Amino acid sequence: MRCPSLRGAQRRGNPTGLGGRTGLLRFARNDVLGAAALLSVLATATPAFADSLLPAAEYANRQLPDPRQEARAKALMETIRCLVCQGQAISDSDAEMAGDMRSLIRTRIAAGESPESIRAWLISRYGEWVTYDPPLEPVTWPLWAAPALLVLFGLFLARGRFRRRRAKS
Amino acid sequence: MKRRWILWLPLGLFVVFLGFVAFGLYAPAERTIQSGLIGQPVPDFDLPPGMPGRPGLSSTSLRQGRPHVVNIFASWCLPCRVEAPQLEALSRRGIPIDGIAVRDRPEDLAQFLATYGDPFRTIGADTDRRVQIELGSAGVPETFVVDGRGVIRHQHIGAITEGDMATIIAAYEAAR
Repeated sequence: MRCPSLRGAQRRGNPTGLGGRTGLLRFARNDVLGAAALLSVLATATPAFADSLLPAAEYANRQLPDPRQEARAKALMETIRCLVCQGQAISDSDAEMAGDMRSLIRTRIAAGESPESIRAWLISRYGEWVTYDPPLEPVTWPLWAAPALLVLFGLFLARGRFRRRRAKS
Repeated sequence: MKRRWILWLPLGLFVVFLGFVAFGLYAPAERTIQSGLIGQPVPDFDLPPGMPGRPGLSSTSLRQGRPHVVNIFASWCLPCRVEAPQLEALSRRGIPIDGIAVRDRPEDLAQFLATYGDPFRTIGADTDRRVQIELGSAGVPETFVVDGRGVIRHQHIGAITEGDMATIIAAYEAAR
């Protein structure tokens, strides 16, 4: 896994405890020798999820020739979650799988498929979790309604303030 | 005066919000992504052989009346080495294992199989990961149990350990 995620380090058992607060303190107190040893361990550690030896997919890092199609593909890629680097969109991720997904999306856009149909296709494979642009559904409506409700609540509070002031003056 | 309580409401909401944030930060981040296709037919695909002398894998060969165990693996994947003995054991029990080799080269595959054992009836070459994504698989290794009509019955995410064997065998028996 190429994503520099602290969580990932902890998940993999992070023997140095560098992620934790106490680990950092201990690290600060360590002498130069210890730090050098730690660095050499980190530098030579093999990642748990290696990449393959094959080159990146055709359209992983190459734009589509048609700028309008590329713009649509890019907009979609920015809202699809990388499955291995689980905090990044595939447009931002260096993971090989994200590259393969970018290539897949660009190829399908170039073939004339609509971004929303590709999104629906990915959701049917990986669940709604794969999209950063959640569809409006009974489960997700609080997500969409919360901002509007909070603004209404704020207006209600403000109205109370203004009315009181007017009554005084 | 009677509206005093409402002054505390924003603070209360903020505390609830902080609670959500803290939960999100400290809850374990480990998250496996289940395929959305469990209980649904295998999508159509037709993979060429991953190495000479071994048939490739197509979705039609998974719909011929017998259940199958489909293992998504790669020679460059370290956990795949860990599960190799378990796949051997399944194969020795007479369970047919079909392989989907993700982003692999024939020579690397041959070396991997020579080193860690070769339980595979067929090996399809998924060079551009198209079929892995089609199946809703998010990594290697993953294992699917497919029934005789080609319906995905079970998905195992990650390496198969000794402790997972019973579940896999039960899923295979149930798919008969």
